[in-house]
Amino acid sequence: MIRVQREPFDVGRELAALTEGNRRIGGVASFIGLVSDIASAPSGSAPPIGALTLEHYPGMTEAKLAEIEAEACARWVLDASLIIHRYGRMEPGEGIVLVATASRHREAAFASCQFLMDWLKTKAPFWKLEETAEGAAWVAARDSDEAAAERWSPPSA
Amino acid sequence: MKLLYFAWLRTRIGLAEERVEPPPGVGTVGQLLDWLRSRGPGFAAALADLSVVRVAVNQDYVDVDHPVSAGDEIALFPPVTGG
Repeated sequence: MIRVQREPFDVGRELAALTEGNRRIGGVASFIGLVSDIASAPSGSAPPIGALTLEHYPGMTEAKLAEIEAEACARWVLDASLIIHRYGRMEPGEGIVLVATASRHREAAFASCQFLMDWLKTKAPFWKLEETAEGAAWVAARDSDEAAAERWSPPSA
Repeated sequence: MKLLYFAWLRTRIGLAEERVEPPPGVGTVGQLLDWLRSRGPGFAAALADLSVVRVAVNQDYVDVDHPVSAGDEIALFPPVTGG
């Protein structure tokens, strides 16, 4: 299941809903991305972040997240999966993204959860705008995120 | 066709979306980008470095050789930074 929303998410409630009624599930892996107050700019003296605004491309965002989730389900045997990604303005400490995968065995859950995050970072159309005391700046994409996505082989289709 | 701009491409161009009718001869993404750059200094500056511009046609990533036509929704945006 995928959700793109402005509102905060409750991790405990979401994970409970994910596994509810399915007694085959042996484990759940989850990743929660948080707003950090450390600016992404390479300059060492950057002031802390006061807020982050996530812009996205409505329509394409949902389509890409669904594609990524379908790819994970094709690669691993999963009993359930969840991607929640927020947009709008949020402050340090708030959750931005929640990815969770549930499977009979932990290997599939761990691997697919990491895969979902790696592909989401480079394929889902979201952009971060950081606000600091010096003003607002768009976050630049990182080569390390591209490399993390590429270590998973391309889609088989 | 409908054009959408996101993140710093939106702020540099000064538009979130617009409807355009490119001249005859604009049949690919690359030709569309060339034509857009000729429309003014904001477009020229925003689209000067194509290594930091991604293009989606009808919500799928494409490269500069991809065809474009009148009914398409074409989005221009920087490399994504979600997650």
